[in-house]
Amino acid sequence: MSSTVNEINILNADDAELMRISREGTLSLNLNEMKTIQTHFGALGRNPTDVEIETIAQTWSEHCVHKTFKSIIHYIEDGKAPEQIDGLFPTYIQRATEEIAKPWCVSVFSDNAGIIEFDETFNIVFKVETHNHPSAIEPYGGAGTGIGGVIRDSLGTGLGAKPILNTDVFCFGMPDTPYAQLPKGTLHPKRVFKGVVAGVRDYGNRMGIPTANGAILFDARYTANPLVFCGNVGLIPRNRCEKSVEPGDLVVAIGGQTGRDGIHGATFSSAELDDTSENLGSVVQIGNPIMEKKIVDALLQARDRNLYRSITDCGAGGFSSAVGEMGEPVGAEVHLERVSLKYEGLAPWEIWLSEAQERMVIAVPPENLSELMEICEAEVVEATVLGTFTDTHRLQVFYEGAMVADLEMEFLHHGLPKPVKQAVWQPPKHQEMASRDKGIGVGNASYTDDLKKLLASPNIASKESVIRQYDHEVQGGMVINPLVGVANDGPSDACVVTPVLGSRKGVIVANGINPKYSDVDPYISAASAIDEALRNIVAVGGSLEKTALLDNFCWGNPDKPDRLGELVRAAKACYDIATAYGTPYISGKDSLYNEYSDTTTGEQRAIPSTLLISAICVISDIRRAVTMDVKTPGNFIYVVGNTYAELGGSHYFGIHGFIGNNAPVVRPDEGKLTMQRLSTAINSGFVRSCHDCSEGGIGVAAAEMAFAGGYGMSLNLNDIPTGDETAADDYLLFSESNSRFIVEIEPQHREAYENHMKGIPTGCLGTVTETPEFVVKGRAGNSIIETSIDVLKSAWQTPLHS
Amino acid sequence: MTKPKVLILRTAGTNCDAETDTAFRLAGAETALVHIQNLISGKVNLTDYQILAIPGGFSYGDDIAAGILLAIEMKHKLTEALNAFVASGKLLIGICNGFQVLVRTGLLPGMSTADGDTPEMGQRTTLAMNTSARFECRWVDLATQESPCVFTKDIKPRVYLPVAHAEGRFTAPTDVLGELEANNQVVFRYADSAYPNNPNGSDADIAGICDATGRIFGLMPHPERFLTKWNHPRWSRIPETEDTDAEEGDGLIIFKNAVNYAKAKCP
Repeated sequence: MSSTVNEINILNADDAELMRISREGTLSLNLNEMKTIQTHFGALGRNPTDVEIETIAQTWSEHCVHKTFKSIIHYIEDGKAPEQIDGLFPTYIQRATEEIAKPWCVSVFSDNAGIIEFDETFNIVFKVETHNHPSAIEPYGGAGTGIGGVIRDSLGTGLGAKPILNTDVFCFGMPDTPYAQLPKGTLHPKRVFKGVVAGVRDYGNRMGIPTANGAILFDARYTANPLVFCGNVGLIPRNRCEKSVEPGDLVVAIGGQTGRDGIHGATFSSAELDDTSENLGSVVQIGNPIMEKKIVDALLQARDRNLYRSITDCGAGGFSSAVGEMGEPVGAEVHLERVSLKYEGLAPWEIWLSEAQERMVIAVPPENLSELMEICEAEVVEATVLGTFTDTHRLQVFYEGAMVADLEMEFLHHGLPKPVKQAVWQPPKHQEMASRDKGIGVGNASYTDDLKKLLASPNIASKESVIRQYDHEVQGGMVINPLVGVANDGPSDACVVTPVLGSRKGVIVANGINPKYSDVDPYISAASAIDEALRNIVAVGGSLEKTALLDNFCWGNPDKPDRLGELVRAAKACYDIATAYGTPYISGKDSLYNEYSDTTTGEQRAIPSTLLISAICVISDIRRAVTMDVKTPGNFIYVVGNTYAELGGSHYFGIHGFIGNNAPVVRPDEGKLTMQRLSTAINSGFVRSCHDCSEGGIGVAAAEMAFAGGYGMSLNLNDIPTGDETAADDYLLFSESNSRFIVEIEPQHREAYENHMKGIPTGCLGTVTETPEFVVKGRAGNSIIETSIDVLKSAWQTPLHS
Repeated sequence: MTKPKVLILRTAGTNCDAETDTAFRLAGAETALVHIQNLISGKVNLTDYQILAIPGGFSYGDDIAAGILLAIEMKHKLTEALNAFVASGKLLIGICNGFQVLVRTGLLPGMSTADGDTPEMGQRTTLAMNTSARFECRWVDLATQESPCVFTKDIKPRVYLPVAHAEGRFTAPTDVLGELEANNQVVFRYADSAYPNNPNGSDADIAGICDATGRIFGLMPHPERFLTKWNHPRWSRIPETEDTDAEEGDGLIIFKNAVNYAKAKCP
C-alpha cells in the first residue's frame, strides 16, 4: 500500500473505538454498520485503507442510499395494533407507481431523474433535490451548488438531457427574528434568504435556464435548518434514454478540476447540525456555472454523435460514488494520479471523495476517445481518462501504481445491513379557535382586516422581488409566466413552457407544500401537498391523466421514533392519494436529520415535517392554457369544489395565534371528479381565468384574481357549495379545504359551463366589476369585506418588497 | 438569391444562442452556431457569412464586467476579420450580452467622423450596473426612434420586449450622447423614463443603438424571446382573432429585416 494511504485499524477495535473512528472521520456510520465492515475485513484478514472505508461510508450514507426509506419499521399508531413496514419507499412510493402503470412513464426511480414521454422526438426528465445542510452554513454557495447539482442530474440521466427549466422552493425562518433569539452558530434568516436567492440566481441565470416556478415559506422552526429544494427539467431525445457500461470502456472525467472542497458532503448531510457546524466550511462545494455550461455544450454534442455509452454526475461522494455506481454491474479500475487537480497536496482519499463541482463521468468506448477529445478541445473543456471499466466486479483504485482500494462491488452496494427502526405516531391535540361570526342577523363582523393580514403574511405575500431576479424568459419558450395579469405581477399557479420552439406542445411545472398541516397530521399535510400540486397543474390547463409527481421529504432525525412516525404517516398518504388520482411518482429524494442541537445547552430544534410535491404535466396545445387574473367586468365568478369547516393549520387560524385540529383532508373521490371535469371545461374554452384555492381560502384566492386582473369584484357567500354544515362567514371565506378552485366565466359561456359541470359542486360567488371595489357580502346580506383592490394589492406586495 | 448565412457566435457562457438561431431560421436565414475558437483557429471563415450575431448570455461569466473578456478576445484575435466584415457592408447584431460586447469593443457606437483617424477599436460608451443594483427580468415598452438602423425598418412605433440583465444602464459622456442624438443612432428608447419601464436607469432612456451606417445594431431587450404571440406575458388577456399575422411576436421583424437586407445588399 502507498505511504500516502493510511490503514484504519478496525480489526481489533471494540465498540467504543469503532464509533470513535466513525465520528471523528465524519463517516456517519452507526455501530451495526461499523461492525459489518469489521466482519467483512476480518474475513479478508486485513484492515481497510482510508480510501476503502471512506468509499463505503459515502456509498452507505443516508444521502446516497436512502437507508431510512428502505429500512424495516416497527410502527405503532395511536394505540392501534403494531405494524411492520418493509421499506417506506417500496411499500408506498414505488408500489404506487407500479399500480398506476402509466404507459408514458419511460424510466422511474432507476436513473438520476425520472423520464416521461413528451412528443415523437423527445422525452422529458425531471428531478428535484435538496441542498439544506450546505445552505445553512454558506447560503450562497450551498444554494448555487444545489441548483448546479440538480442540473447535472438531468445531464446525467439517460445519455444526457438538455436542461430547460429550473424550479426552486425555499423554507426559511421568520424574516423578523430578533437577533437575540438566533440559535447559537446559525445565520439570520434574512441573511440565509438573501444568500440562497442570490446563489440560485447567479447559477441558474448564468447557465441560461429559466427559473420559472417555485415557492418561499417561512416558519420559525426553519431558522437553524433552512430548506433549499432545487429542481430541473430536461429535454432528451427518445433514443438517448438508456445507458449501459461494457468492460473495456474508458472511465473519463469531464469538466472541472478536483480540489479539497466538498469533502464529506454526503456523510455530513446525513447527520444533525449543531452550534459548531459553521466551522465545517470545507464540506460546502464551490460553484462555477460557466464551467457547467461548457460541459453541457460539449456533452450534448458528444451525445448526439453517440460517443459514450453511459454518464453520471459527480455529486455526493464524488468519484467514489460516480465510478462505484457506474461500475457496479461490471467492475472498474481507476488511477487517481491522473485526476486533474486544482492544487497539489491532496491525499488519495481526498481526490476520490472530493465533491468539487461541475464534473461528470462518462463511459467511452476506446475507439471514440479521439473524437470526444476533439469536441472537448473545441469547447475548451478538460477531459481525462481515469481508468477502465473491467469485468472483475471489483472497484479497484490505484495511486501512483499502488493499489489503495480493492472492494467487491457486491459488498459495497449490497453489504449494508438493512436497519430496523421504531416509529410511533400519536395525534396531537391543539386548542380550537371559535368562529368570530356570531350568526345570521346577530353579527356584523368585518373581515377586511383579516384579509389584509392574510395577504400580508409572508407565506402568501408577493414574491415578485425574488422572481424578477431570475431569468424566466431565457430559451424563448415561456408561455405562462410566474407573474401574470394586467401589470405582470399576479401570482401564477404554475408555469407553462414550450421546450421545442415552434411546437404547440407544452410542459407545466407546479408544486405543493403544506408543512403547517403537519402540526395536525403529516398524513393530511402530505395529501394536501399532492392535491395542491395537482390543482396548480389543472388551474393553468393541465390534466391529471398526463401528470407525474416527484416526492421530496425533508424531515427531522428518523432515529427518533416520533419523527419516523410522522414520516410513516406522510408516506401512507403518498400511496393513498397518488393511486386515487392516478398520478405516478417518477423520482424523489429525501433529506433527513434536519435538526439542530446546541452542544452547550442541549437545546434541540427540528423542522416541521415537510413534504414537497413537484408535478409535471405534458399538454398538447399551449393555446388552451389559462391564467389566474380576471379578464373582463361583467363576467361571473364561481367556486368549484366543496368547502368544509377545515381551518386546522390554516393561515386564518395562524394570524389569530391558533393551530386548531380540523386540517383540510383530501377526499380523492370528490377531488378527482372535480379536477377532471374542470380540466375539460378549461380545454373547451369555457373558463376565462382560474385560480387554485389554497392558503387563505376563497377570500385570498378571489382577492388575488381581482387585483391581478385590475378589476373589482362583488361577491356573496350564499351559493358556496359545502360538504358539511359549515355556516360561519369567516369559515366559508378562509377555510383551506382541498380540491377547490375559483373560475371566471363569460356570460355567453355560463350555461355551457353549468351544464358541463353538472354533478360537480360549483356555485356562483358574484361578478367582476369595472370599479376597483372588492366587496363581499355575508350570508345575512351585510358587507363583511369592503375595500379596494389597490389596498389589497398593496398589503400583498409590501412585506417582501425588497 | 440563396438564403443569407448567419454566424451565431458562441463561447463559454453564451446561452441565448439556440433561440437566436430559431429567430433567424424563422426569418428565412441559414444559420451556424460557431464557437469563437473556430473563428480564431481559422476553421470557420467570417467572410462566408452575411450576418454576425452575438447572442445573450454571460460570456466568460461576465467576470470583471459584462462582456469585457469576450470583447478583449475579439479585439485581440479577430480585429482584422471584423473590420473587413463591417467594411464590406455586412450586418452585425448584439443582443444583451452581445450588445455589451459590441459597446466594449467600440464597434458601437463606432468612431465619430471627426475622430476618424484612430483605426483601432475603442470603447466610448458603457453598459453599467442597473440603478436597482441587481439582475432584473421584466417586459418593457420600447419607443422606436427615427434611425438609419436596417434591423428596425418599418417596425411599429411601440414594441414590447423582455429584458433580463444586471448591467444594462447605457451611459456615455455628454458629447458622445449628443453625437448619438445628432446622428440618429438611438434606435430604441424605454418608452417611459420611470422605473421599472426604464429598468436600469439608462441615460436618455436608451435601450438600443446602431452605428452611423445602421448596419451594426445592439440592444439590451431580447427580440428572440418574442417570436410568437404566446410569448407575450398577457396573451391570455387578448381576445382570440382569426388573424394569423397577429400570431407573430414583436421581435421577429428585427430578424426578418436583417435577412431581407442581406438578401438584397450583402454579397
